[in-house]
Amino acid sequence: MGQRAPIPAGPVASTKASLVSMRGPLGIGFLLAAIGRSTLAAIRSIGRISIFAVIAVSHVLRPPFFFRELSQQLLAIGFLSLPVVGLTALFTGGALALQIYAGGARFNAESVVPALVAIGIVRELGPVIGGLMVAGRVSASIAAEIGTMRVTEQIDALETLSTDPIKYLVVPRLLAGVITMPCLTFIGDTVGILGGFLVGTQRLGFNAAAYIQNTWNFLEVDDVTSSLVKAAVFGFIIAIMGCYHGHRSERGAKGVGRAATNAVVTASVLIFTANYLLTETFFSA
Amino acid sequence: MTPAVNTAQNGPPSPQVASGSGRALIEGAGLIEIESLHKAFDREVVLRGIDLSIDRGESLVIVGQSGSGKSVLLKCILGLAKPESGRILFRGRPLQGENRTEFLDQFGMLFQGGALFDSLTVWQNVAFRLLRGKNRKRGSEARAIAIEKLHRVGLEADVADRYPAELSGGMQKRVGLARAIGADPAVIFFDEPTTGLDPVRANVINALIRDIVDELGATAVTITHDMSSVRAIAHRVAMIHDGIIGWSGPVDSMDQSGNPQMEAFLNGGLSAARTD
Repeated sequence: MGQRAPIPAGPVASTKASLVSMRGPLGIGFLLAAIGRSTLAAIRSIGRISIFAVIAVSHVLRPPFFFRELSQQLLAIGFLSLPVVGLTALFTGGALALQIYAGGARFNAESVVPALVAIGIVRELGPVIGGLMVAGRVSASIAAEIGTMRVTEQIDALETLSTDPIKYLVVPRLLAGVITMPCLTFIGDTVGILGGFLVGTQRLGFNAAAYIQNTWNFLEVDDVTSSLVKAAVFGFIIAIMGCYHGHRSERGAKGVGRAATNAVVTASVLIFTANYLLTETFFSA
Repeated sequence: MTPAVNTAQNGPPSPQVASGSGRALIEGAGLIEIESLHKAFDREVVLRGIDLSIDRGESLVIVGQSGSGKSVLLKCILGLAKPESGRILFRGRPLQGENRTEFLDQFGMLFQGGALFDSLTVWQNVAFRLLRGKNRKRGSEARAIAIEKLHRVGLEADVADRYPAELSGGMQKRVGLARAIGADPAVIFFDEPTTGLDPVRANVINALIRDIVDELGATAVTITHDMSSVRAIAHRVAMIHDGIIGWSGPVDSMDQSGNPQMEAFLNGGLSAARTD
């Protein structure tokens, strides 16, 4: 083990000493060990999440089916998310119209507002912002609910009542996420375009009929398809992250709170990652 | 440390007793037999070789200080925790696969905190197995049975449509008990049934457990450190100490066990005894 340099007194000298220490063999070793630990932890998490997701998917088509729980989740995840998705889409569409108008004015291209609002909302902002809003609302809620069930032994109780917790708790939420997110996104896309239309016609002076015509002409079936596929994938991510973190929740209010936070953070990051990969798949070349 | 072992058998169920190697092994035609069960969490060894036989129709109470592994043992029996080694037999067959499913279908469980499902009403909690199990019943029929079970534990029909959060702790325990007996199980497990209840309500729950177990002719396994519960509901007592069964015998012989840990536990002075 190398000898440490004497550390001079004073805050500046102390900072300098710690920097020196970081460059020394001990500091680099410590740093590498920390990076290694984080990397291993991340790989372990990815492995656990993947296994959990595979188990959950493998239960989807196998009976028994809990239709009552599915209908409850369709309501909780889908219908009750409508206001938040609709409002964010409406204002996003309006803001997008203003931004495109201001940017387009630099090139005398103000007329592209309807087309770009439609494409921007349908291809990108509708599913992503909708996904993030639902992740914030639903992923946290699922994680907190399942986490509370875990710490209050309700999941143990399910097992002792001959009921598989994956089938009873995870599968209905997973199906509800995959079914409702495309519906929510379709509505969000429509409301977002409506937001752009309202700003375009009421604030920017576009002719209503021309705006609608432009929107219709530029929007393609592939745009809508990609939006709905993205939404279904995001729905899967939102539900599986909520269920996974809830299922692994530690005891106590702090454990459940951490599970909810982790669910939202990982769902959001995975939504952005999946969005990029899906965009590459749909629109590259 | 190997605790002194003392066994005695002359209560209602009378299995044979064998002791050796510092452990008590109760042999007989047990409904549930646990053989050399070991369980650890990371490096912390909780169960170091539990040997125990639970006979049909008996009410066995497992006692031990907090953290001694009582609940872990129960979770191992129920399949909620996987032991490192050892066997658990139900009717002579290992508790795995189909046999475990068969076992689960024949028992009820009262959890320490009730573990009632928040999103379901009281009657849906009680009739949970009846609404979903392989012997599924129609909703109205299941509800009628649930209300009958609620009556059995001293609750009126008007609580049937309430949610668990709207009930007091004592009422939640009763609903949990009603759920445990919902499908007339052959084996009922009780995890700390009186924890968190005042003495009056605890006595009511103890009396209910005793009466219901007798009435159903069920086998009961209770985990508790409440000695009034032990005296009220046990035929036989087994004490876990240092991860093994340190003493086992009929409830009547508990006070004359001659086992230092048992005596210290009865006198509430286990920690003092260990210090000595």
